[in-house]
Amino acid sequence: MTTQEGLSRRDMLKAGATLTLGSVGLAIARPSQAMPATMKEAIAEVTGLAEIKRGRVKLDIPPLVENGNTVPCTVSVESPMTAEDHVKAIHVFSEKNPQPNVISVHLGPRAGRAVVSTRIRLADTQTVMAIAEMSDGSFWSDRLDVLITLGACLEDS
Amino acid sequence: MARPLINVPATAKRGEVVAIRTLISHPMESGFRHTSTGERIARDIVTGFVATYNGEEIFRATLFPAIAANPFITFHTVATESGTIEFRWTGDNGYSANEQAKITVV
Amino acid sequence: MREGVISRRAARLLLAACIALGALPPSSQAEIPAAERRSSYELMSAETKAMQDEDSANPGMLWVLDGEALWNRRAGEADRSCADCHDAAPQSMRGVAARYPAFDEKRGTAVDLQGRINLCRTEQQKAPPLAFERQELLALTTYVGRQSRGLPIDASDPRLDPAVETGREIFTRRQGQLNLACAQCHDDNWGQKLAGIVMPQAHPTGYPLYRLEWQTLGSLQRRLRNCLIGMRAEPYGYGSAEYVAIEAFLMRRAHGMPIETPAVRP
Ligand code: HEC
Ligand code: HEC
Repeated sequence: MTTQEGLSRRDMLKAGATLTLGSVGLAIARPSQAMPATMKEAIAEVTGLAEIKRGRVKLDIPPLVENGNTVPCTVSVESPMTAEDHVKAIHVFSEKNPQPNVISVHLGPRAGRAVVSTRIRLADTQTVMAIAEMSDGSFWSDRLDVLITLGACLEDS
Repeated sequence: MARPLINVPATAKRGEVVAIRTLISHPMESGFRHTSTGERIARDIVTGFVATYNGEEIFRATLFPAIAANPFITFHTVATESGTIEFRWTGDNGYSANEQAKITVV
Repeated sequence: MREGVISRRAARLLLAACIALGALPPSSQAEIPAAERRSSYELMSAETKAMQDEDSANPGMLWVLDGEALWNRRAGEADRSCADCHDAAPQSMRGVAARYPAFDEKRGTAVDLQGRINLCRTEQQKAPPLAFERQELLALTTYVGRQSRGLPIDASDPRLDPAVETGREIFTRRQGQLNLACAQCHDDNWGQKLAGIVMPQAHPTGYPLYRLEWQTLGSLQRRLRNCLIGMRAEPYGYGSAEYVAIEAFLMRRAHGMPIETPAVRP
């Protein structure tokens, strides 16, 4: 890099300094395995003391997200969706957003299919969890580690 | 701002599971952001969404600040009979919006 | 959306650009051959493409709907709606956005679509002009723009040459604290991957468009403002002759490419 090209080392550092003000994570960070207390509490609020099993739920979020402000998110639950056996509710939680709740939906046999989509904000690379509540009172779940290259501005930077 | 954008098939076979898409204009100000002078920007979000089919509730959602601006929600319903599917959004600061769509079941 | 948030993305791209531009040979400033012109659409993820392609999933369609309502609403001392003079937009406005900025004979200068709509506001409806980057002007511009979706840009009018040349001069001139030119990024280095983001060619085909970073819809002038701030250059005022000139240049540079309004971008 030459100064004649107009890009001095100082300019780069200046750009770099602005960069660090943002929460842009270029490194592929592994989300920590321990779930934050706020997320545990938010989950307990909907599941009580019931066991949360893995399976029957599929959480779909693109593996590499272009912008954390608007992240497509689909939850599908395996269920016959009959009067006797259906999904009553689906809850989505995020690990590192300022508030763990993302969305809660209530549905029933009239839905026909337990597939719901929305667009969510993710402030950082993190684990997202979807929990389905079945008509028999059981809870099923799926979780996904999402890599965010540019976080949502849930907080100012 | 004007109307929400709703996508419901105009006709469906009885018993068919149809997809419904909804999109509404709203900034979803999270309440976690600050102005350049450091003041917190008050939360202003859509908190509730309900869909009814000929008056009977078929879907309900509670939204939190982590839902993206201009909330987009899609879900399914069984086409049971011809009629009207109504949508209602409610939120902070007395926000409320309605929209409806007709469906013909054959 | 606060500026700080916009500049965060700009800052990251800028740093990447600085590294890349420093590592690359000096600027050739060659224009992109017609056969190699690519919309940034092609660089987007499948999910973002789907958001643009499906009307019922494209948030920009909310502004189209709003623009349609405004098109039919009477305004001003004249108490006339756009529809009163122009009838149905799908017919009367078809192809119009594809040839804007256009040469305005009365003023002897180039006028962009937002400017044209505001001229009808003030001169025909006898109403105050609509503010830039606000709901009403964006909605009307998006609604008019939408009537050209899929049609090729026609920027061939030779009367636009002076504006196009001014725009070209701004595009190729180094400016701002970082002494960068638009062309260094968009002509010389398009297609280069910088920090996971591929440098686009900067075509004006999608505007007004819904940008995920903005969490809303914005005009081409807002996008140009973002790039100028990223270059640490002083942005021009909304509606200025400089922005109209850059728009005219970008349209000439994208001549023949299809309009995508309302597009979606990250
Ligand atoms: C009283 C009649 C009248 C009203 C009301 C009016 N216009 Fe116009 N508009 C015109 C005329 C006449 C022209 C031709 C250009 C000229 O000579 O000013 C024009 C031109 C235009 C053009 C450029 C068309 C082209 O082919 O280049 C656009 C775009 C436009 N109007 C949009 C609007 C919008 C949007 C509104 C409502 C906000 C509106 N107009 C309201 C009379 C009107
Ligand atoms: C440091 C490199 C750089 C410079 C200099 C730069 N831009 Fe950009 N520009 C970008 C990047 C990167 C994007 C894509 C934005 C993104 O994905 O966040 C972009 C996007 C654009 C777009 C949007 C294209 C679309 O499909 O929507 C336009 C138009 C544009 N730039 C024009 C300009 C103009 C005009 C200038 C000079 C005033 C300029 N840019 C200077 C990097 C640059």
